[in-house]
Amino acid sequence: MSASPIATTRTAAGMPTGRLAVWWVIASEIVIFGGLLGSYIMFRLSHDAFAEHAAHTNTWIGAVNTLVLLTSSLFAVLGHKAADAGDGPKAAKFLYLTALGGLIFAGIKFGFEWPTEIARGFTISSNTFWSFYYTAAGIHAAHVVGGVIIMLIIAPRAKRNLDLQRVELIGLYWHFVDVVWIFLFPLLYIAK
Amino acid sequence: MSLHDHAPVEPGYEEHTHHGNYVKIWAILVVLLFVSVAGPFFGHPVVTLITAFGIAIVKAYLVAKNFMHINVAPRYVAYLIGTMLMFMLLFFAGASPDVMKSTGTNWMKPAWVAAHAEAVAHPAAAHGTHHE
Repeated sequence: MSASPIATTRTAAGMPTGRLAVWWVIASEIVIFGGLLGSYIMFRLSHDAFAEHAAHTNTWIGAVNTLVLLTSSLFAVLGHKAADAGDGPKAAKFLYLTALGGLIFAGIKFGFEWPTEIARGFTISSNTFWSFYYTAAGIHAAHVVGGVIIMLIIAPRAKRNLDLQRVELIGLYWHFVDVVWIFLFPLLYIAK
Repeated sequence: MSLHDHAPVEPGYEEHTHHGNYVKIWAILVVLLFVSVAGPFFGHPVVTLITAFGIAIVKAYLVAKNFMHINVAPRYVAYLIGTMLMFMLLFFAGASPDVMKSTGTNWMKPAWVAAHAEAVAHPAAAHGTHHE
């Protein structure tokens, strides 16, 4: 039996290492998505054609996906609350519901929205707007899928009341993915 | 085998977050979503701008404060996130003149300048012409 080194428990930053690590992941993601969205805004403001191309995106699908992500974020934070209360099975249930939200989001995007747009002739190489659209939405969707996979790994252990702190950590990541979509939605679907 | 293999949480996580009324926050977020979708129906660009991006900022704030609990995180986190947002602004300030302007000091975009000249010479014909 050995004690965990101090670095795995609490850092000089005043919080547990895992939470600090997730905040650093989020910080690095801000630069990735920030660069992408910043570039989009520059082009959107200087090219009128962007508004015409954006008119072809389906606002209602974007809104439904926003509702799905907001609801999954609610489940994620309720899972955190249950984990804090030491109720692993309940936390796991909320994690599965959050993952279900992610799967619905990805299902709508990859199973309906993108095939529809491609069938209408709007592909990643159609023009600069659609290149941004598929790149930004694609990178975001990859984060959604990654989050779902992590939740499905964490949930079984949480159900046995093990490593409950991970419920909070994946929740932090998931809320960030939600925040990114909150900005992508008006940029790609509303500002026409 | 670690000392903490069977502990519900790792050391350091014992201090629990204060949990508010999350369903109420979610309901507010959903109402804001409906407002942002309804904005363009008014047909006014300024209204759309406010309902789309103003509300996006409010929604992001609500999620960060109430779901991510950024307001009770150590100040380190606020500095970290603030620094990254400043990097974003720096990138935008540095790159936007090259992207958004047609001419600058010792450089120009010939296609943009030609399109502008065409628009000035033949306003009707150039209507609907866009840079891309």
